[in-house]
Amino acid sequence: MARAKKNVSKSGRRHPLATVALVAVGLLVTGVAYTGFSQTTATAEVDLSSPATIEAGEKLFAANCATCHGMQAEGTVDGPSLIGSGAASVHFQVGTGRMPLAFQGPQGMVKPVQFTDEQTLQMAAFVASLAPGPGLPDSQYLQGDGDVANGATLFRINCAMCHNVAAAGGALTEGKFAPSLIGVGADHVYEAMVTGPQNMPVFSDANITPQEKADIISYLKYIEEKPAVGGLTLGSIGPVAEGLFIWIIGLGIIVAFTVWVTAKSN
Amino acid sequence: MSTTVTPPPTQNQSGSSRFTSAAANYIDERTKIGVAVKEFGRKVFPDHWSFLLGEVALYSFVVILLSGTFLTLFFQASMAEVFYTGPYVPMKGVEMSVAMASTLDISFSVRGGLLMRHVHHWAALLFVASIGLHMLRIFFTGAFRKPRELNWVIGFVLFVLAMAEGFTGYSLPDDVLSGNGLRIIDGIIKAVPVVGTWMSFLFFGGEFPGTDIVGRLYMLHIMLLPAMVILFVALHLAFVVIHKHTQYPGPGKTQQNVVGFPVLPVYAAKAGGFFFIVFGVIMLIASFVGINPIWNYGPYDPSPVSAGTQPDWYIGFADGMLRLIPPGWETEWFGYTWSWNMLVPIIVMVGFLIVVAIYPFIEAWVTGDKREHHILDRPRNAPTRTAIGAAGVTFYAVMWAGASSDIMATHFQLAMEGVIHTLQALLFLAPIIAYQIAKRTCLALQKKDRSIALHGYESGRIVRMPGGEFIEVHKPVTDYERWELVSYHDYEPMMLRPNDDGRIPFGKRLRAGMSRWFFENRIVPPTQKELDQGHHEGH
Amino acid sequence: MAEAAKYNGSEGAVVPAEGHGAVAPAAGTAVIATDAVQNPGLPPHRKRVTDLDPKVEKRAERTVYTLFYVSIAGSLGAVLAYMFFPIESGDLWDIRLHTMFVGVGMTLSLLAVGIGAVHWGKAIMADHESIDERHPVPSDSATRAEAVEVFTLANEESGFSRRSLVRNSLIGALIAFPLPGITLLRGLAPQDQDPVTLLKHTMWEEGIRLARDTGGYGVGGAIRAADVTIGSVFHVVPENLSQATNLLDEKAKAVVLLMRLEPEKLKERDERKGWSYDGIVAYSKVCTHVGCPVALYEQHTHHLLCPCHQSQFDVTDEAKVIFGPAKRPLPQLPITVDDEGYLVAQSDFQEPVGPSFWERLK
Repeated sequence: MARAKKNVSKSGRRHPLATVALVAVGLLVTGVAYTGFSQTTATAEVDLSSPATIEAGEKLFAANCATCHGMQAEGTVDGPSLIGSGAASVHFQVGTGRMPLAFQGPQGMVKPVQFTDEQTLQMAAFVASLAPGPGLPDSQYLQGDGDVANGATLFRINCAMCHNVAAAGGALTEGKFAPSLIGVGADHVYEAMVTGPQNMPVFSDANITPQEKADIISYLKYIEEKPAVGGLTLGSIGPVAEGLFIWIIGLGIIVAFTVWVTAKSN
Repeated sequence: MSTTVTPPPTQNQSGSSRFTSAAANYIDERTKIGVAVKEFGRKVFPDHWSFLLGEVALYSFVVILLSGTFLTLFFQASMAEVFYTGPYVPMKGVEMSVAMASTLDISFSVRGGLLMRHVHHWAALLFVASIGLHMLRIFFTGAFRKPRELNWVIGFVLFVLAMAEGFTGYSLPDDVLSGNGLRIIDGIIKAVPVVGTWMSFLFFGGEFPGTDIVGRLYMLHIMLLPAMVILFVALHLAFVVIHKHTQYPGPGKTQQNVVGFPVLPVYAAKAGGFFFIVFGVIMLIASFVGINPIWNYGPYDPSPVSAGTQPDWYIGFADGMLRLIPPGWETEWFGYTWSWNMLVPIIVMVGFLIVVAIYPFIEAWVTGDKREHHILDRPRNAPTRTAIGAAGVTFYAVMWAGASSDIMATHFQLAMEGVIHTLQALLFLAPIIAYQIAKRTCLALQKKDRSIALHGYESGRIVRMPGGEFIEVHKPVTDYERWELVSYHDYEPMMLRPNDDGRIPFGKRLRAGMSRWFFENRIVPPTQKELDQGHHEGH
Repeated sequence: MAEAAKYNGSEGAVVPAEGHGAVAPAAGTAVIATDAVQNPGLPPHRKRVTDLDPKVEKRAERTVYTLFYVSIAGSLGAVLAYMFFPIESGDLWDIRLHTMFVGVGMTLSLLAVGIGAVHWGKAIMADHESIDERHPVPSDSATRAEAVEVFTLANEESGFSRRSLVRNSLIGALIAFPLPGITLLRGLAPQDQDPVTLLKHTMWEEGIRLARDTGGYGVGGAIRAADVTIGSVFHVVPENLSQATNLLDEKAKAVVLLMRLEPEKLKERDERKGWSYDGIVAYSKVCTHVGCPVALYEQHTHHLLCPCHQSQFDVTDEAKVIFGPAKRPLPQLPITVDDEGYLVAQSDFQEPVGPSFWERLK
């Protein structure tokens, strides 16, 4: 009985929830399409070899970079040649906000990023098209699932002398410095190793293999995500901070107590 | 002849006091402890916050002993190689010495182990810092004068022993940071002329790093050096008992008395309570603030090094001195290498420490004062001594700052070369400037004291006199308040007189010159006559 | 007049005890004023609020024993925290919480009993100032005389000062007796090695390939000249390092930095022109100041920076010192390539590596 009724109602009229379903489908399709067209993972979405990308990049380059780097990135007195520096160096420098340079100083400083990810990739594509150079890293090396212990050992041999064992950063000559690596994206860490930005040496894949780079990145992610087991780290700069702490806060508290202990009770 | 001692009557006492008297009797019959109780139980100690700084040092040493004993239960001072199998992921499978592995185990696998490592290391930093502060108090109040010169030297030895304890201690985990510190010590030892290479060879048991050094430092750290510290602390405290504690000038306090509170019950409560407070503060810091995270540095290997490599703060002045030497200070004479870039820091630091150690004898020679001194000086009343102390502290501070030259560069966004050049200049200029500022400030404060003693405080009340002039009424100080302002010692510069041969020997000239330097500029304390005159003048 | 004034309370000379008899100690250049201000004596005792008001005293007493009970709670809390915050999982948060809670419990137990005891001493215990008399530190003259007598008698009975041969040979024996003990300390170092010889040689020899330093006791793969790109730095150990009996000792002398520059940037003297290979240079990594690894390489300025004392070396100019307390340039390792294209050493370093020492040039 009920079944026959249902069959009859299905033949012509729209289901009451049809509108809802239609709107839901429409939202879903739009959302997926939007996600599909916007860049969430750079390597997956923008085709660095397409002429459209390269042309867009050339226009951006001419407007923002050519003053110092030359119209064909051949270099001027104010900026080095970028021919051969590859997509990786552009993605690093622009993606961390170092480029465009705000002022000439000992080195380029990290500041708010001025371009969208898509624009950065377009400029990267343009520079990559000028001559072969280091490309964007393969995402399998950026997952942070490598050998943390091996990464830690490699980090101490190759990186800690400038960036400090806990990646807190350190001093270089003449006002330059190696920045802290805490909070730096895995892709940027990889690109920095491979391109050797400014005075950082180049760590090519023959020196530190891609898997070893992945291990180093895994170590950095580990110390970034895990709590400091000792408590407050005082900036991870070691005995200098510890000494200042004991003199200012430790002795400060204790001297305050000595004054209380020996004061006359009211 | 035998004497019998009848035990005191117990019938009229309550149960607990009967037990106490029976127990006291039992012990006294075997130890003569009654003498100690009688001599010491109501001994008077004066009360001032600055007198507790030595106690901070003593108590932090006790905390070090307690926490250190816990650590020795788990630490293994061997340099044999082992693979780490504990829970800390970035060290898993890494080859390291047993010393490092056992330190990692204490930190990650022993309950309370990390807490005890923190307590031990923070207490060690506090120990040396409080010794330094205590020494400064002794210096600036002149408590090192007769009869306490020897106690000053004992205290100085304790300061050096404490630094040695700290250095041997933080080198035990055999990590990259302390290992590079040992490397630096090796380089300094090697630079010593004639015997340096052999001294290094003997110290490390062969080439650097060798496999003996951690074990040897362990022996020094837990046996030889603590024994010496305990011995010297016992001597130090024995002298405080024999000499009785000094006291600040004040009404009713004279050279012939000690005014304060008795050991039982007041000092037992305050000083005993203070021990728990110091321990508690160390424990509070240890619960929340990390120190020496050796798992970041990794096991010692001559290849890696961390940006920001410094020793613990109390060795900082030595590291800083090394960094401030300009380039190229090494010569080759007669085929031998003279490393002045090492020898000059050694000479400067040892010279500085020697001057600190013998200062009481220098000042006694300059003043010629052979009397006992039990009343302390307010620092302003010894302007040259205070200024010399300020200059010495500043000199030490510039050397200490040198050790953090690279960290200052990154944190204040400066070039490290600029920081180093500035500190090189300050090494000479800053003590001179500090001396001048301290001396002038002391003299000015003395003048102010004199004016208050004679004329009283400005009360802020303006009164118009019948003749039309305005004066400010000065409130006179009470006799009790005035005493502190007028009771200090006064010295005059030595008069040079030829001896029987009609000549003035060089030693005497030097002494007179120093006496002039110390006492030429001085503010003479007001006499009773001046006070009476001041009262007459009516302000 | 001046003598009497020396014992004036404001000047600070201690009154000599009865029978002391000796002359008072000299005051040196101290000025003894004849009409100095006199000590007014102790100021009147001021009662505390706990002395005046019994309710306040009761409250102070309550504070004290409450603090003591809090201390007991803290101690118990620490024991409970020890039991109920295990760390055996190895999880870092577990260790942090365990450390913090055991520590806080102990902090409470310590601070509370300390503050309570001090408060008791300050607010409740009698606070009238007590006075002790000082006595001069030197023993009185009778005791001193007896002490002198003791030594005189001992001297007469033994003939110590009279019998010079006995005395002097005793002193000689006492000086000599520690010598064997000191000699035993020679055993701190190996008997069959000479430190100067050891310092002058490293593991590098002709034909040994340069291998990557993988940290600790590890040796990585050999390095081809083609792998070394301009601007790169390799941390290097000898390929045969694992065969060393004292691996870390050898590594401490043998660590090397390998860099490549444009050949025209390199300033080489004639004798060293063959030591580099197509702009690739190898320098000792051990600082010539006090031996830290000189590991920081700035690829554009071509400076090597040592992080310990900030010595800087110029790679374009034979690694000579351009800043900082070092003096000697870093020793250069002569390199070339073998027939498979791998970088090899041509010989050992031509001078001792690392910090200077007395016999360095001998």
